[in-house]
Amino acid sequence: MEGFLHQVFAGVANGCIYGSVALALVMIYQATHHLNFAQGEMATFSTFIAWALIQQGWPYWAAFAVTVAVSFAAGLVIQRVVLRPVERAPVLTNVNVFIGLLLIFNALSGWLFDHTVKSFPSPFAQESFLKTRFFSAHEMGSFLVMMAVLLALYAFFRFTSLGLAMRAAALNPDSARLVGIRVSWMLAVGWGLAAAIGAVAGMMVAPVVFLDPNMMAGILLYGFASALLGGVDNPFGAVIGGLVVGVLENLLGAYVIGTELKLTVALVLIVGTLTLMPAGLFGKRVVTRV
Amino acid sequence: MPSLLEVADLTAAYGATQVLHGVSFAIEAGQITAVLGANGAGKTTTLRAVCQMVRTGGSVRFEGRELVGSATENVVRLGVAHVPDGRGTFAALSVEENLRLGAYVRRDKPRVAEDIERMYARFPRLKERRHQQAGTLSGGEQQMLAISRALMLRPKLLLLDEPSFGLAPKIVAEIFRILSTINAEDKVSMLLVEQNAHLALGLAQHAYLLETGRVALSGTSQALMADESVRRVYLGY
Repeated sequence: MEGFLHQVFAGVANGCIYGSVALALVMIYQATHHLNFAQGEMATFSTFIAWALIQQGWPYWAAFAVTVAVSFAAGLVIQRVVLRPVERAPVLTNVNVFIGLLLIFNALSGWLFDHTVKSFPSPFAQESFLKTRFFSAHEMGSFLVMMAVLLALYAFFRFTSLGLAMRAAALNPDSARLVGIRVSWMLAVGWGLAAAIGAVAGMMVAPVVFLDPNMMAGILLYGFASALLGGVDNPFGAVIGGLVVGVLENLLGAYVIGTELKLTVALVLIVGTLTLMPAGLFGKRVVTRV
Repeated sequence: MPSLLEVADLTAAYGATQVLHGVSFAIEAGQITAVLGANGAGKTTTLRAVCQMVRTGGSVRFEGRELVGSATENVVRLGVAHVPDGRGTFAALSVEENLRLGAYVRRDKPRVAEDIERMYARFPRLKERRHQQAGTLSGGEQQMLAISRALMLRPKLLLLDEPSFGLAPKIVAEIFRILSTINAEDKVSMLLVEQNAHLALGLAQHAYLLETGRVALSGTSQALMADESVRRVYLGY
């Protein structure tokens, strides 16, 4: 029983990471109706920036804040410069651009920061008040950070005018223009927010899996599975999807299929969700009258 | 004193297909003007050209200001609200969220809440469904929502594209009656595109007849209703 509980709690801890990545994916999806395949590599690159700042002697939270801000700005610029030209292009064109960005960021990380594995500090001291019987201080801290990001996002979309405008711009860009929304800028802000969330996820993951250019490759897949399972237009769904995927991955890996096939769980979940319930667990089933 | 909207030698094209071949007309503040014509005459394109949603040439002046070359978002900020054909409601958002979006560019937040209540007073059916997903409303209710959303802007000019399309006659009559009230009470000028000439001439004071991208006839509604060729071709008697 002890072993089973351990697997569950480890799964929850992993699930927090997957949920954070899923949040970033949902963010861009809500703004642009596209899934950003480069999300993981952008997050890794952001984490490298934080690492570089910390190496220069910056205190952790200062590096954290600057990294998040820089990531937001970079996301915004990428949308304006790289994605705006293909805004009205077919989906596949956009996918190509995302894959291009994935490769570019991966290569940039390797070129600027080399491929040796680096350690990344956790801001949550090992023996602090955050440590509980089943979770380390870092795991608990990551969980709280993710919940804070989630709540902030929820409040932003639900209660602010800008959040509503972003949702409208994603749903119906033509109608959004007719009420005066600057649709292009809404997309840019969406990208900025996603990049910032990705940076946070990267900085939470790096202390656990260590920092190298390919840190996020597998995690991105779990992130996709979580986002789709939770309902790709629902931030809460992303988090719950993350927790479910994390626990499932661990339990199935420990008791059913063995640890080598753990990543397969993510792929099976992706295919299964899209086939059986495309809206995910909590996604909005949009009804359109013909 | 410039007209509210002055269109001169307006041309418009979708890609390589030119749809408007030099349309000219003017509408004065406070009036309801109808644009009539058969399918493909260029009526919808004319409205889209005013809002700069299509590539245009020529001149469109709103309150003396040139609109050609502006972005749609900026035309809206000048006080032009457009109810597109097909309603253009945000189907996945609630009725209330659609109304809030209509007031997106306004700075006077407290009066926005007042205006939402006024819309509900005018269209009680919307109030009943205020938190319902807009896509689940009936055709008539969506049209009411689309018109209300446009009015949330407190526009000087309201563009309406085929508001009667696909609706039962009883609902259409109700909506047109309310449009007339809005024009009289709130002094909102309207440019109305309608295939149903009879309906349009009943509401509007002035009308233009478009044929294959050009203005073929213009005048007061009475004049057009009395015109022999209009009667035969568009009114059916």
